[in-house]
Amino acid sequence: MLKLENISLAVNGQNGANKEIIRGIDLEFHPNRLYAITGPNGGGKTSIAKIIMGIYKQSGGNIYLDGENINDLSVSERARKGIAYAFQQPPRFKGLTVSDLMQIARPGLDGMNLRTSLRDVGLCPEDYLDRDIGPGLSGGEIKRIEIAQLLARDAKISIFDEPEAGVDLWTIQKLIAIIMSKFRSKQGETAVIITHNENVLHIVDEIIMVEEGQIKDRGTPDEIWPLIRHEVECKMKEQCRGEMVYEI
Amino acid sequence: MKFEQLDMDLLQAVADIKGIPSGAVNIRRNGEAVFRHSSPNIIIATNPENKGLIVEVKAGTKGETVHVPVILTDSGFHDRVYNTFKIAEDAEVTIIAGCGIHNDSHSDSSHNGIHEIIVGPRAHVKYLEKHYGEGRGEGKRILNPTTVVRVENGGSIEMEMLQIKGVDDTIRTTTAYVQEKGNLKVVERLLTHGRQKAESDIRVEIEGQGAAAQILSRSVAQDDSYQLFKAALVGKNECTGHVECDAILMDKARIKSIPQLEAEDANAVLTHEAAIGKIAGEQLIKLMSLGLSEQEAIDTILEGFLR
Ligand SMILES: Nc1ncnc2c1ncn2[C@@H]1O[C@H](COP(=O)(O)OP(=O)(O)OP(=O)(O)O)[C@@H](O)[C@H]1O
Ligand SMILES: [Mg+2]
Repeated sequence: MLKLENISLAVNGQNGANKEIIRGIDLEFHPNRLYAITGPNGGGKTSIAKIIMGIYKQSGGNIYLDGENINDLSVSERARKGIAYAFQQPPRFKGLTVSDLMQIARPGLDGMNLRTSLRDVGLCPEDYLDRDIGPGLSGGEIKRIEIAQLLARDAKISIFDEPEAGVDLWTIQKLIAIIMSKFRSKQGETAVIITHNENVLHIVDEIIMVEEGQIKDRGTPDEIWPLIRHEVECKMKEQCRGEMVYEI
Repeated sequence: MKFEQLDMDLLQAVADIKGIPSGAVNIRRNGEAVFRHSSPNIIIATNPENKGLIVEVKAGTKGETVHVPVILTDSGFHDRVYNTFKIAEDAEVTIIAGCGIHNDSHSDSSHNGIHEIIVGPRAHVKYLEKHYGEGRGEGKRILNPTTVVRVENGGSIEMEMLQIKGVDDTIRTTTAYVQEKGNLKVVERLLTHGRQKAESDIRVEIEGQGAAAQILSRSVAQDDSYQLFKAALVGKNECTGHVECDAILMDKARIKSIPQLEAEDANAVLTHEAAIGKIAGEQLIKLMSLGLSEQEAIDTILEGFLR
């Protein structure tokens, strides 16, 4: 189980003053459960994931993995303990191929499983295995490869940061279904999906709504969905000076 | 001729050979040809001044390889050699050159190789040159290759030059002339560390109509090392040329990159791109998030970059 206790994060704002982008968050993620984190842009979702991975160091609070305080563990150490994060915007590399990166993600991955992992995310292995993770790959392709790495890792906690972003309408359902079925069939693993995708929000066990660096609401899709709809309506009205332009 | 383990190791490092390869071979050790073998299509002979080789590849030769590695194991030895490669029309050949120095002493060892490569009409050449240095001595391991390339009508050459660690001082001078519809591609990969210095000076004159040239350099400079990269493309006709220099800078190292384009014809299309920077932090973090340590992540990124 992963536990965040009173986590906050301050960064240097534009005027040099400290800006708190995460404010006193308490969260628990249990094995065999699927979570979605959603909320408006800039709310703090990616920041929470990066704090968990150790990429950002929290300014206050504690993180526990299976009861052990992991505050002082580096990114590499947390990865080896079973935390995995698929980046919202994965970096590109010159000279590293898809196959290289998959082998790093899952050392000893054999050829057959490597191919299956790519097929799972909708990529034809023959076309991609030897391709550079460089400027020659499209945004959607990079995202799929990022997801494939996490699926291959079999980590205790897998965090996907907007896996749907940039993935086309034709295959997105399939991709979501694959992620879901992988986790539903595995014992003892936790998946956290940061998402704006309605379909994902309907099929997870729990939704966590993050706004302005805080947890606004959390609960089952049935509990949270009406709140989200209401929020969206309010936002629309706000933006359009009270006039409803779109029927939601 | 008997080779010692040390010789074999150096040969393996520079020419990727275990034992004597089949086909045309000339192995030069401490200034002397210690093994030579010609093939029916590739004739290796000593030049008239007795200062090097003349390698002649017959017209129409297909898919053959010639190995001409040089090794230096006597410390303090200063070697100088003049080699000429003549590749006749329509031949296809791979030339594996390369120089390995083992120096355990206080005195410097050096090799100055002067190569002339003539690529005949419609001939296709692949030229690989690897530099390697080892040994515990204070004495420097110095390599100064000079290469002159002439690509005749419709010929092509792809040159790959590799120097990964071990060589203390190097000044590489490459000059090329490309005729009508000829094609030249130079790929340089370089890693310097410690107090090493590496200088590369490439000048390509694209003389013929429809000719093309490409110079690509990937380099990594670590510790206190210094690299100077000069690449000049001269377009004298309707032609295309591109220079690309991409470097990773680490520690206290310094890199100076000077691409130069000279167009003497309104139909010459010449471009250049240069980028020098440190390893991107997000690349490191990404690999660490897959479980690599920071050092493993750095090594992986550099290895890929120089591949
Ligand atoms: N390293 C940083 N330095 C300064 N500000 C940051 C940094 N990282 C995030 N922020 C700010 O913190 C806020 C939360 O960012 P975060 O990326 O966590 O949002 P998000 O919820 O993931 O948004 P999105 O839905 O757009 O991905 C934003 O206002 C962002 O500008
Ligand atoms: Mg985000």
